[in-house]
Amino acid sequence: MKFDNIIIGGGLSGLTCGIKLAEQGRKCAIISSGQSAIHFFSGSFDLLGRVHGEEVVNPIESMASLAATHPYQRVGVDNISRLATEAPELLERAGLKFFGIATKNHFVLTPMGIMKPTWLTIDDFTPFENKNAFPWKKAAILNFSGFLDFHTLFIQDGLKKFNVESQIKNFAMKEFEAIRRNPSEMRSTNIAKVFDQGNALEEFAQKVNQLSEGFEVVILPAVFGLFTKNIATALKAKVNKPVVLLPAIPPSVPGIRSQILLRKRFEALGGTYFLGDNVKDGVIENNKLLAIFTNNHADIKLEADQFILASGSFYSKGIVATRDKLYEPILGLDIDGDTDNNKWLDSKFFNDQPYMHYGVKTDSNFRALRNGKTIENLYVAGSVLGGANALKEGSGAGISLLTSLHVAEQLLK
Amino acid sequence: MKKEIFEPFNISDNNFEQCVKCTICTVYCPVLEVNPDYPGPKQSGPDGERLRLKDPNFFDEALSLCMNCKRCEVACPHGVKIGDIIQLARIKHSKKKPKLRDMILANTDIVGTMASTFAPIVNPIVALKPVRQIMDGVLKIDHHRIFPKYAGMRFETWYKRYAAKKQNDFKKHVSYFHGCYVNYNFPQQGKDLIKIMNAAGYGVHLLEKEKCCGVALISNGLINQATKQARHNVEAFKKSIVGLKRPVISTSSTCIFTIRDEYPHLLGVKNEEIRDESELATRFLFRLIDSGDLKLVFKKDYKKRIAYHTPCHMEKLGWSIYSTSLLKMIPGVDFMALESRCCGIAGTYGFKKENYETAQGVGKPLFDQIDGSDVDFVATDCETCKWQIEMSTSKKVEHPISILAAALDVEATMKLWQE
Repeated sequence: MKFDNIIIGGGLSGLTCGIKLAEQGRKCAIISSGQSAIHFFSGSFDLLGRVHGEEVVNPIESMASLAATHPYQRVGVDNISRLATEAPELLERAGLKFFGIATKNHFVLTPMGIMKPTWLTIDDFTPFENKNAFPWKKAAILNFSGFLDFHTLFIQDGLKKFNVESQIKNFAMKEFEAIRRNPSEMRSTNIAKVFDQGNALEEFAQKVNQLSEGFEVVILPAVFGLFTKNIATALKAKVNKPVVLLPAIPPSVPGIRSQILLRKRFEALGGTYFLGDNVKDGVIENNKLLAIFTNNHADIKLEADQFILASGSFYSKGIVATRDKLYEPILGLDIDGDTDNNKWLDSKFFNDQPYMHYGVKTDSNFRALRNGKTIENLYVAGSVLGGANALKEGSGAGISLLTSLHVAEQLLK
Repeated sequence: MKKEIFEPFNISDNNFEQCVKCTICTVYCPVLEVNPDYPGPKQSGPDGERLRLKDPNFFDEALSLCMNCKRCEVACPHGVKIGDIIQLARIKHSKKKPKLRDMILANTDIVGTMASTFAPIVNPIVALKPVRQIMDGVLKIDHHRIFPKYAGMRFETWYKRYAAKKQNDFKKHVSYFHGCYVNYNFPQQGKDLIKIMNAAGYGVHLLEKEKCCGVALISNGLINQATKQARHNVEAFKKSIVGLKRPVISTSSTCIFTIRDEYPHLLGVKNEEIRDESELATRFLFRLIDSGDLKLVFKKDYKKRIAYHTPCHMEKLGWSIYSTSLLKMIPGVDFMALESRCCGIAGTYGFKKENYETAQGVGKPLFDQIDGSDVDFVATDCETCKWQIEMSTSKKVEHPISILAAALDVEATMKLWQE
């Protein structure tokens, strides 16, 4: 099977890369070992939230102080600045609308009730300009009876700090009685499916209006519109006051919708998405990757002119650590990380953990190395790159989106 | 540096401890979406397995609501064999005895032999409304279901009479696992396969004696019989693949999936010697074309708009690309891919009265998509999907092999390799 480009990894990074390449007419395939981490999407993409322990106001400006090995520095801050405008446009062409700019973080209210700086927020959610104030004084926090994945007390406690008076109300509706019979399956996605399939929204909106009488704003879990965005929009139109949706515990409803829309966009552009398959091995000759072999296709090899590795970090097994070894499991690529396992961990859990910075080693053009030699047509993008502690910095999505766009540009040159 | 292979320590056979509780599988379970009585793949699979290991009394008979579609396994980012865990738990712990109805539905071989012998009588009788009402009342086979028609002459009989002899005229050879559907209900599909393979330069042979793959026996709890048939089939495949160096191809995605994966995973029947060379005909053809060893020539006047439905077991195999690529090679085909969703039938599952509503609920989004399309017909690799779609929508369903056979210019194709 022959493609122009093959991308290993079907998450945010792989899909961004695939869409950009397919938009330029490349015949692409994505191989994904299963559904991706977009299913845990909070609703916001961070670019840079904290540097050296300080909260970032202007991410582009603050990037200058990052280490030279950081992916943003390696892409170049000028390039990052340009690609950061391109990214939301690419997402919008897939049907995903975002609020935010790269030169000024805005804030979102987390389900823990605190304000967190971020870059892009999907239009289900409410962006805030000021981290020290909540625009309304009286809030009704509503939840579905039996829905355990939305922790209303945390939100109430958080809002107290903004001097917001709030009340928590649980309510039941007969449409949700069926899924309540099975308490372990009363999840955000199952609630969303009830809205998607039936006529629950009308009665629900009436109930929300009733319960929020006397309040200025309604806070609800983001369980609207799994397969279609319309439900979330319709809800906001039917409720007679502002609605602030907050993320519930995953699986994330806006996240799954995003994954579906990104994959659809990729396929509509002629891309092939192989779900539930694993790359087993590759043929490397004269420092070029000629073909790869997968579980499902066995002896039928997948060939391409260029390949992109966007297989994720430890969680997605893009890199693997055993007791004594750190390695890249697909092609045995060189790793940027300590060989001495005593140095992997900092004994203080909340410190900047060294292993979080590990990833696949690349040359200055983001091409992978093996045994110290560059593989000329194998590019690396996303969190498998290493060089950053995405968790500490609040930079995970930014690195995924922007290194992917950068790599796609290198490939298109 | 030599490539390392990811082999974590202490992994159980069905790797339930690899589950990180991310709940992604529950999003893609077609049953959970319509029937809340089913505990869902996470609870039934890896979560339940931990409890069952402590005490088998934690086994929940509601696990029989699992259709074994394996869509949870395709979705799982950590490769947990969720579907296998659930099916193995049923095999190990279920106290429910198969009913007479289950035995009738599961024994496709015996029922097929009887029914095809008396096809002219059986076909009109099982199609009668009063008969379907009785089957519904007595056997709990839902009255909405219409049994697939039985053929008067079985495929094996036809093959021996009309096709067997000339297969030896070819230089290259394959064996064909036709499965119960082709043999008892729809021999034409087998004839279409022979037409294409012969045009491609391959003689097609039957196995020494094939038995039903046993998928329906497994899902109806008739494990001993399924295991016996699995062992028999593996031996028959060995004679062809190892003995005669003839790969085995099939036209049924579920049969081939069962033989390749369910035999070792669920029945403990080893198949390493035959697994790689047991595959679908569309994959076999694709490989030949992809590697430049075969070129198919199509008729100029064949023009159809076709929608392809991905059966669950094709999704699990990851092989729909072969069938769809072949269809797209036909110049006159206007191709449309349907969203990959379960049709709800899951073999014998949807025939059972207690599952009828779930089956139709599961399939509804697919049916709506099909009825809303302006295609001439639907293409799919699975026979039970075909029955379900034909019963639930206004469209007819064809197998990709039959479509290829209709569009193929046999003489022009043969000329290419004869020259």
